[in-house]
Formats: sequence, C-alpha cells, structure tokens
Amino acid sequence: MDCFVGIDLGSTTTKAVIVDADGRIVGRGITNSRSNYDIAARVARFEAFTNARFDMLGQALRAEPGLGQSSAAFLGALTSGYRHECFLGQLQRLEDHCRRDVDGARYQDDRRAVGHALEVILQSVRQDAAKIYSGGAAARSDFFRDMAGASYTEHAAQLARAGGPAFDRLIGLFDRNIIPVENEQETRTFSQLLMAALDRVVQSSALQRDAVAGVLLRVAEAEMREVSAVGTGYGRVRLPFPKENIRSEILCHGLGAHLMFPGTRTVLDIGGQDTKAIQIDQAGVVTSFQMNDRCAAGCGRYLGYIADEMNIGLHELGPLALGARRRIKINSTCTVFAGAEFRDRLAAGQAREDIVAGLHRAIILRAMSLLARSGGIRNEFTFTGGVGRNMAAVKALGEVAQENYGQLQMNIAPDSIYTGAIGAATFALRGATNSVASN
Amino acid sequence: MTVAVKDLSQDRQKQMIASHYARLSRAGQEGRKVVYTFVPGNLTELLNNLGLLPVLPEINALQSGMRGKTGEYIQVAEKAGHSEDVCTYVKADIGMLKSGNLGPTGEPLPRPDLLLLSYTGCFTFLKWFELLKREYDCPVVMLHVPYQGDGQITPAMRKYVSDQLRDVVIPALETLAGRKVDYDLLSEQLALSARAEEDLVWVLESAKHRPSPIDAYFGGVYYIGPIFTSFRGTTDAVEYYQLLRQEIQQRMDQGLGPVTPEGTLSQEKFRIVVEGPPNWTSFREFWRMFYGEGAVVVASSYTKVGGLYDRGFRHDPTQPLDTLADYCMGCYTNLNLPDRINLLEKYIHDYSADGFLINSVKSCNSFSAGQLLILRELEKRTGRSGGFIESDLVDPRYFSAANIKNRLESYFQMVDAKRARA
Repeated sequence: MDCFVGIDLGSTTTKAVIVDADGRIVGRGITNSRSNYDIAARVARFEAFTNARFDMLGQALRAEPGLGQSSAAFLGALTSGYRHECFLGQLQRLEDHCRRDVDGARYQDDRRAVGHALEVILQSVRQDAAKIYSGGAAARSDFFRDMAGASYTEHAAQLARAGGPAFDRLIGLFDRNIIPVENEQETRTFSQLLMAALDRVVQSSALQRDAVAGVLLRVAEAEMREVSAVGTGYGRVRLPFPKENIRSEILCHGLGAHLMFPGTRTVLDIGGQDTKAIQIDQAGVVTSFQMNDRCAAGCGRYLGYIADEMNIGLHELGPLALGARRRIKINSTCTVFAGAEFRDRLAAGQAREDIVAGLHRAIILRAMSLLARSGGIRNEFTFTGGVGRNMAAVKALGEVAQENYGQLQMNIAPDSIYTGAIGAATFALRGATNSVASN
Repeated sequence: MTVAVKDLSQDRQKQMIASHYARLSRAGQEGRKVVYTFVPGNLTELLNNLGLLPVLPEINALQSGMRGKTGEYIQVAEKAGHSEDVCTYVKADIGMLKSGNLGPTGEPLPRPDLLLLSYTGCFTFLKWFELLKREYDCPVVMLHVPYQGDGQITPAMRKYVSDQLRDVVIPALETLAGRKVDYDLLSEQLALSARAEEDLVWVLESAKHRPSPIDAYFGGVYYIGPIFTSFRGTTDAVEYYQLLRQEIQQRMDQGLGPVTPEGTLSQEKFRIVVEGPPNWTSFREFWRMFYGEGAVVVASSYTKVGGLYDRGFRHDPTQPLDTLADYCMGCYTNLNLPDRINLLEKYIHDYSADGFLINSVKSCNSFSAGQLLILRELEKRTGRSGGFIESDLVDPRYFSAANIKNRLESYFQMVDAKRARA
C-alpha cells in the first residue's frame, strides 16, 4: 500500500496521520512531545503505522471464515494485548535504567532498601497495567509516562508510609530514568509484538493460535510504502524534510477541518500554546487567520495548569466543570495567575466545579475575541485541537458562539486532535500526485 | 542571493549623519542652540534657517533599539515610574537620558534649549515633551495641528496652523536664535526640499517595477532617513537623493531585486504592502523573515510618517508658511481611517501587491487604533490576503521571534495557496 504521512509536532502532543492513495485515513498515532521533537515524531509515526496495520488486520479478520462475528472482540483483545506488550517493554527498560541508577553512588547508603522497594513497586505497576489492559480499570492517560508514573507514585507513597525508603528517594529514581526510556524506541518489530500479543489472547481464550497466526503475519509483513510526508506544527523545522514538505499549521488545520466537515467556513483551534481562528473557503483554502501573538493566555496549557494545581488528570477537568450549578465570571486568562485565581475563589467558599466551569468559559471568551479579529464566525463552525476533547469547553463555546452569532452548525470531530496531521497528510498526497502529474 | 555591497548612497548617508552628530557634539563649545523636535511635522527648514540644531528623540530611540540598548533603557525608565504600557519610544528616550544621554557616536547629546512640538496628531508626543520639560527645565513651543477628520485640509485649517507659525512658533525660535528668519533663504530651502522630495517619490515608486529594485519598508526606512530628519531643504539631501535615484535606476535597468543584508534578492516571490512601523530591536531578524521567503515590501505606510509626498505634496517655495502648515497636517498618522484605507487600497492596486500585512504595535496608538478595521475593509475591497502580526517598536520583550516567524510563514503560504487557486 502507498502511504502519505502527515506529522503535526505540537507543543504538548505530536500527531501522525497516514492516508492512502485515495485520501482515506488509514492510521493515526499520537505521543507526548517531550523535550525531544525528533523522538516524538518517530514515535507518533510508528504509532500511526501500527494503527494502520491494525486497521488492515480488522479487514483481514472480518474476511476470515473461522472468526465471523467474534472478529471485533478478537481484534479488541489483540489490540489491548499489543498495547500491554509495548507497556511491559517500556517498563522493562525503565527497570533496567533504574537498576543501573541504584547501583551507582547516589544510592550507596540505602541501595538494598531502594532496590527492594523498586522491585515491589514495579511488580505493583505490572499488576495495575494488567487490570487496565484487561478492561478492569480505567487509564488516566494513554502515554507510558503518565500511566506508569501515576501507578509508580501511588505505590511509592504507600511504601514510604509503611516505613520504606523516603518518597523523595523513590520518586527521584523514576523522574531521572523515565527520560531515557521515553527517548528509546521499542526494539521488537511489529510482527514480534503482535505474536506476543497473540500469545496473551490465546492464553485467555479457546482460540487456536495457528488458525489466525498466518493471517496476522501476512498483514504484519505486508508492504507499506511511505511515498511522501509533510510536517507541520511548532516543531516542524526539526523535521528532516525539504522546505516544500513543511507546511504551516494554519494551512493544515484549515484543510484538515475542510476534509472532516466540507461545509466548514470558520475553524477555531485551541492547542497547547496557541489559539488559532481561521477562515477558509469552499475548497479548504485559508483566506484569513488570527493567532494569539504577544501572549499565550487562555490556551490549552491553561487548563493543563489548572488540572495540575488541582492534582487531577486533564481529562477529568471537563466532566468536573459540567457538574457546575452556578455561573462564575473569571476575567483573567493568564495561565500563571490561574492557580492563584482558583485558590482565591476556593477560599471564598465557591464550589470547585463552578470555578472550573468559569475558567473554561474564560478561555472561550478569549478565543471569541480572536475569532472576532479574524472576521467572526461563519457557518459551519468547526472546533479542533486538544481542547475540543473537553466537553465543558465545547459546551461553553456553543453557548458563547450562539450568544454572539446566533444559531450555528458547530462541528467537533472525535479525532479533532488530528486535524493538523490530516491536513498535512493530504498535502503530502496532493504534492506527490502533482509531482507525478508534472513529470 | 549575491554578496552584499555597500552602495555609494549608503556611504553618503552615513557621512551626513556622522557630520550631524559631530555638529551636535560641538554645539556647546560653539554656542549653538539645540531644539528637540519630532519627525512627523518637523520644521527642519525653519530650524536650519535660524542656525538651530535639531535632535529627534524618536530617532534616538529607534537607533538605540537597533544598537540593542533599549532593553536596558526601558528598564531604567520603568524604574523611574513609567508603566509597562507607555509608548516604548518614550521610555527608551527617558532611559537613555537617565543613562548619560549618549548618542549613536558614543558622545553625549547636547541638552535642548527648546522643545518644539510641531505635531500634535500623536497625543503621546505632548506628554513626552511634558516629561522632557521637567527633566531639562526648558521651554516648550507647541503648534497645534488639527486632525484630518473629514479627510481634507481646509483653508481654515491651513490658516489656523500658519497663523500659529507666524505668531507663536517663529517668534519663539527667533528669540532663541537671536536673529530673524531669512525668508529669501527659506524659499531657497523649500525649493531644495521639493527637489529631494521629487527624487524620493521616484525611488519609492520604482517598486511598481517587476522585480522591484527596492524594498520599500526595510530598505525604505533607510531611504527616508535624510529627508525625515535634519537634512530636508539642504543640498546634501538633494545630492543624496540624486545619487540614490541613479543607483536604483541602474538596478532597475539590470533587472535586479532589492538589496538585503545578505545581498541582492534573486527571486521575488511575494509583493507585499505593509502597514505599521517596523520592529527595531530585531530589525534584521524581522527583515530576514521576509526576504528569506522571497517577500518584498513594495509599499508601506510607515515610510510616510514624515510626509506623504507620493500623493503629490511638495514644499512650495512661494508660500512658505502655508506649505509648512500643509506639511504638518499631511503626515500619514494625521489621516482619518477611511483615508488610510483608501491609501493602502491604492498601494495594493498600484504596486500589484499579492497581499498586505499589518504589524501592530499596541503601545503606538497613532498607528494601531483601527488597524483591524483596516484589515477587514482591505480584504473586502481588494480580495487579497491580509496578515496581522504584533510586535513592538523598541521593547525587545515584545518581539517573540518564533511566533512572528511562524505567523509570517503561515501568511506567505496562505498567499501562495490563494494565488494558486486564482
């Protein structure tokens, strides 16, 4: 299969999308951007190819006479098994790094105690992961750092309370060694990981391994040829692409929104460190845009900061705000001031959910000012970016947009976080098609 | 790009400026009187006529910005009680004053004997001189310049300004100089002004040619240097603009693009009209963001702050006071919004621009008020792509290079995509 790749290197997450020669999206990958864009791009791309192969697997399995109706359940189990394998691979690498650290001078006084604690903690992390991947528990995030970190922190705290090594000693071990782990790649190939995942599924079901292994291997080894790639987003200059394969995220978001919702005329994208208001024409070509310039107040990071302040996961923030009963007006959208604002209002006796809803509305009001600058909202209106996943932000935007511009068709795609990467992948496809045509 | 070669006109301008600063540094010894005044509405011919030496605080501020000094000057001014949102030219000037008032040559600038406020279209100018008056304890002479609210200069407005010139400004300057204005000489000076203005307009309009032999913004700010500062009405200025015109003519004959710090731009990909002042602290970096993408600014409003000569105005030697009055009222920032929009629209058409960009400077209200309205209206009227970026004049804290570059790249790609569809 010929593949065209779009990579969106954002400040918070890096996304990759693969489209086939017909422009159909066949794979999506996402990872946290870390401090290393090169690795982030590589991981996101790998994830997208993985996702594309699972997509192909789904098709192949549905066509398998022996599986029939149970193919979806099998694919689900196989996907979880695959993720579980990847997690365990990373956890193993984390353990290796931690062990080397424990053997060093830093732990010469409490080496035995820390070494033992590490073993106990990692065993518990493995058990937590097993629960998550078997569907018995919910994950706070899809990223290894967040999942392993949450579990590690919890068990390290328990151990410290029970008289084990100090919490700081244990958490320092994790913080130092998670960095190299994030910057390393999985050493096993897709086929190897898939076969390991299959072994897991076979163990827990009556399925005959050999009956499906052949199908799986055929898909795993099928050729996926990357014809061209286009990069976008903040880190785009880091990509080893020629200049013509680097596109601004404005153009990519405009085109991506158009592809998802062809009726789109106005796009609002709230990302980690910027907010973009984009106007596009009927072909998805950008006609004007505005972005926050001198200051990043009111961007997605604002919500991340609040979540950190409250010690909850970013994805828990929206549901909390949806429970608000009173409307509280918050004016400041300065990310740094947000924490003080939050604590001040808590101290004044206001409810957490009401305050958080007020904070959501504050960033939406800021976005509205940017939209006004770009020429207002025209129908249809598409909301993209990471903040589009937050239902409280979506609700606030819907209300404010209607107050200002009347009834509108507002589109939010479940995978709107990939908007820029979808646009980039389509630019890659069009670029390749045009160069073939001109040759 | 080819290797950058200094043109003769550049050398000539450097010598002129150096000689002016040398004159300023000798002012004390030679007993010459010094007048601080601003670029818009400057009355250079009158000052030169009376042997008075002009110092232009906003030029000092922008030069300090280019020399990387304003970050520290602004902090000094803020420490002295000037808030963050005050025009950064003012703060850079106050900070420079409090740091020894060293000019670009490293020598202290002379203190003013008089502050001549001959343009009140910028309200900040008024406050600025109020501050300087306190610092220097010297008189201020104010020429009240009416705003072109209805988009024209009426005979009553002209009379209002020329009466002030005759009754207030000239007597005060004569008292300071200890001599009377020589009106024959003033006519000769104004005739020289008009000659230089003629050549300047020719140079600016050369950008209508494809490829444009000049960049009318980043290069333009150098071209306007002599005529906007202390040289209007001098033979030096006339000769400078003749030389410049010859050089540009040569570039045009050879089909060359504009000069950039990295040599001649070899391929003109975008022709852009720019509204608003440039950023001075990262001037080269800002410029590179344009020529790096093959973008040439073919017309700009900033190069009209010291006079809109391309709309036909020339200093008239036969009507000295009326012509100075017209000049003071005719600066770009004294135009009303509809007129600014008309002018920019005309530039977009006359210079066959692919689009227009606004560099918005929040602390400069003379420019920034109404800019979004200008953007919308120009988009509507011309159908060309409009871009909007934000930076500052001389406060380095407000030049976010990564963001501005990102914005400009997006803008040029948008222009490209739109052009491809047309």
